[in-house]
Amino acid sequence: MPQRKSPQSMALEGVKVLEYAQMVSGPYCTRLLAHLGAEVIKVEEPGSGDGARGRGPFPGDIPHPERSGLFLHLNANKMGITLNLHTNTGRDIFKELVENCDILVENNPPAKMKELGLDYATLKKVNPQLIMTSITPFGQTGPYRDYKAYDINMQAAGGISYVTGDPEREPLLIPGSAAAYQAALNAAVATLIALYYRDIAGGAQHVDISEQECIASVLGDVISFYSYQKVIRKRSRLSSDIAYRSIWPMGIYRCKDGYVNLTILEPHQWRGFVALIGSPQWARDPKLEERVFVRQQASEIDLDPLVEEALKNYTKEELFHQGQRMRVTIAPINDVAEVVRSPQLEAREFFVEMDHPQAGRLRYPGAPFKLTETPWSMERPAPLLGEHNEEVYRHRLGYAREDLVRMAQGGII
Amino acid sequence: MAEFALAGLRVCDFTWAWAGPYCNKLLADMGAEIIKIESRKRLDIGRSLPPFLGEEPGPNRSGRYNKRNRNKLGITLDLTQEAGTRLARELVKISDVVIENYSPLVMKRFGFDYEAVRELRGDIVYLSLSGFGATGPYRDYVAYGPNQAALSGLGNLTGYREGGPVALGTALGDPTAGLHGAIALLAALHYRAKTGKGQHIDLSQHEMFVSLMGEEMMDYFMNGRVRERDGNRDRIMAPHDFYRCQGEDKWVSIAVATEDEWRGLCEAMGNPPWCREERFGDQLSRWRNQEELDRLIEAWTSNHTPGEVVEILQQAGVAAMPALNGEEITNDPHLRERGFLVEVDHAEVGRQTMPGVSMKLSHTPGAILRPAPLVGEHNQYVFGELLGLPPEEIESLMAEKVIY
Repeated sequence: MPQRKSPQSMALEGVKVLEYAQMVSGPYCTRLLAHLGAEVIKVEEPGSGDGARGRGPFPGDIPHPERSGLFLHLNANKMGITLNLHTNTGRDIFKELVENCDILVENNPPAKMKELGLDYATLKKVNPQLIMTSITPFGQTGPYRDYKAYDINMQAAGGISYVTGDPEREPLLIPGSAAAYQAALNAAVATLIALYYRDIAGGAQHVDISEQECIASVLGDVISFYSYQKVIRKRSRLSSDIAYRSIWPMGIYRCKDGYVNLTILEPHQWRGFVALIGSPQWARDPKLEERVFVRQQASEIDLDPLVEEALKNYTKEELFHQGQRMRVTIAPINDVAEVVRSPQLEAREFFVEMDHPQAGRLRYPGAPFKLTETPWSMERPAPLLGEHNEEVYRHRLGYAREDLVRMAQGGII
Repeated sequence: MAEFALAGLRVCDFTWAWAGPYCNKLLADMGAEIIKIESRKRLDIGRSLPPFLGEEPGPNRSGRYNKRNRNKLGITLDLTQEAGTRLARELVKISDVVIENYSPLVMKRFGFDYEAVRELRGDIVYLSLSGFGATGPYRDYVAYGPNQAALSGLGNLTGYREGGPVALGTALGDPTAGLHGAIALLAALHYRAKTGKGQHIDLSQHEMFVSLMGEEMMDYFMNGRVRERDGNRDRIMAPHDFYRCQGEDKWVSIAVATEDEWRGLCEAMGNPPWCREERFGDQLSRWRNQEELDRLIEAWTSNHTPGEVVEILQQAGVAAMPALNGEEITNDPHLRERGFLVEVDHAEVGRQTMPGVSMKLSHTPGAILRPAPLVGEHNQYVFGELLGLPPEEIESLMAEKVIY
C-alpha cells in the first residue's frame, strides 16, 4: 500500500525533539513522537553511529550500517546528523541544538552525560524551557545508578524473570528487548506529561526513567502477593496464576497443530468454552463453573490434561474463530509469518511500505493507534548516517559549507 | 506541596480489568481526576482477583485491584437503566477525556460510543483500547493480555530451546496497551490545547503489541526468516543466560557483549585456565560453544550468592543482576532509596506495599495521595458536588438502585 502522507495536521506538529540515544529505549520513545508529528533530530557519533546499525537483521545476513532492520524500524521519520561530543566544538554545537529544541531524549549512563558537561543542570541553563528525558537501567540516583545492564539483566532486576519459566528450570528471558520497550513507553508518556505541564505553566523539567522501575510496574501481582499474603510467587508450567488459584483455565495449551492461549476469567467464557469442546462429561460439573467464578476454589485434581485432551481435536484457527464466536477468550500462538498474514492487520492496513536508498523497499510495522483528527504518519525512512548534516548545520545553524568540511576533517561531524 | 502536571484534567473512566486501568493510573499518579464508573451488578473484575488480605476475598480486599486503581475516585452507577445513563451523560459533559477498553459494540450498546459522546462534549478526547480495533474482521473478538502475547508472535518466541512456548510471567499486553494509549491521548490533548479540537483514538491492542516485534518482523520482511524459540540466548551476545547460585531457587543473569566485558568476567572468576582456551577465544567461538561456557560459568556462580556475583561482576564492568523475587524486590535497597516502593493505607486492608510512580519528573513528580476506592466510595462527591444533585435525590437514586 502507498505510504501515508499527512494531509491533515499532526498532533505534535511544531514540537522539536533532539535525540542522543542508541539501540532501543531512546529511539523507540522518539519514534512514537516522530510519527505523531514531532520533528526529531537524531545525533549519532561519527563513524559507527547508533549501535543498532550493527545489530541487524540485515538483508541476506550481510552486515551493513545502513541496512540494519532494527535501526531502520526504530528510526523512521527522523532526521539524522553526526556529531562528536568528545570535542569542544561538538559540545558547543550540541548546546546550540539544545537551545533550539523542546525535548531532549537520551539513554546514556548518568556518569557519561556529566563527564561531557551535558547534564541536566548545565543544559537547563542553555534552555530554560527544556524537557530532558533520560532513560537508564537504574535511573539517575541510588546505589545501582552506575551498574551496567542489558535487557536480560533488567528483566531480572525488575522481577519478571523470576516468575517466567518452568519451576524446575532457570528463569526465562522475554525476547525482543522487552525491558527497553517498557522504558521507551514510560519515557514517552512522561515526556508528554511534562509537555502538557509546560504548555500551561512553562519551565524546564528533567524526566528520570529507570528500566528496573518500568518492569517492576508491570508485574501483575508479585509485589502485591508478598505484601498481602507474604507469598513469594514462583514460576509455574502453564501460568503462574494457576499455581496461586487465581485464574483457571489459563495458559498455553497444545492443540492439533500447535498451541493456543486460553484465559478464562468469567463464567460465560467458561460456558462458551465447554460448548466449544463439545461439552464432555467432566466439563459439565457445575463445580467447575463455580471454580471459575469463585477463584479460591482450587481443585485437588489437575484438570489441565483434560483440557489439553479436549483441545487436541481442533486446529488453532478453529479454536480461535469458533471460540471467539462463543465469546471465549482464546487465541492461537502465532509465529511471525502467521502474524503478518493476519486478515485483521491487512484490513486495517497495519503494515506500511517505504523506500530506503540503501535497504530498498521494505515493509514495516505501522501505527499502534489511529487518531481521527491527527493521523499517525510515516513520511520518511530512517536517516543515513549524517544524512541531514547539511540541512541542520548549514541551513539551520548557519555554518558555512567550508566549515562543514573542516568539521568533518576534524572528526567533529 | 509539589504541583501536579495533570491537575484539572478530568477523565470519565469506563474501563475495567487492566489495560484501561493501567492507562489512567499513569494519569492519576500525575494529578488527573479519574472517575471510575462501576456497578455493583458488574464490579471491575480486578476486585475478584487475589491476593486478598488473609486470603479472604472481598471487593475491597484485592491487592491487584488496589494497586491498579490507586489515586482514582470510584462511583457505582447502573448503566443498564435510563436514569443511570442520564447521569453518566452529565458526567461526560464535565469531563475532558473518556477512556474505555471494550470491543466496539459495548459502548455503543450503552449509548457512549464516540459519536454519541461528542454530541455531549464537542472537544472530548476519547480513547478506545479494544482488543482488535474498531474495524476489520476481528473487531468483535475479545482477548486478554495473555491472548494478545500469543497473537503478536512474542508468545511463540518465549520458551526453552527444545520445549514449547511458555507463558510470560505477566499479562504484558495490558500495561503495554495502557502506555501506548496514554501516549496517543496526551498527544491529542496537546493538539486540543492548540486547536480546541477533540478526537477519537482507536487503539488495537493487537497492533500495538505487533509494533513491539520490530526486529523479528524486519527479519521476516528482509529474509523471510521465522525465528524460533531460543531460550535465554541472544543472537549476538554470549554468555547470555541465567546461572544458578547458592541458595534455593537463586539465579543471576549475566550478559557479555564486548571483549572488555569478557576479560572482566574471566578476571572476576579468578582467570581459570579454560578462559584462555581457543573455543572461548573470541565472540563467535563463545557464541558457538555457549552451552559448555554456561556450564563452566555456572560452576563458579553456584559457589556464590547472587548478591556476591553481582558485586564482583559489576566491579569488573560486567552486566549482571539477580532474578529478584517478590520479597527481594520489595526490599531492594536501590528501589527503596529512590522511593519507588510506597506504603499506602487503605480502610479495609491496612498498610500495603505497591510500586509507586513509574517515572520521575523533577518539577512535577506526582504522588500516591489516596488508596483505590472502596465500592462506591465517591458517590457523594461526584453526584453531589460535581453534578450538584441534592442529597434527597441521591438517596432516592440509591434506593432505586440506579446509583448502585
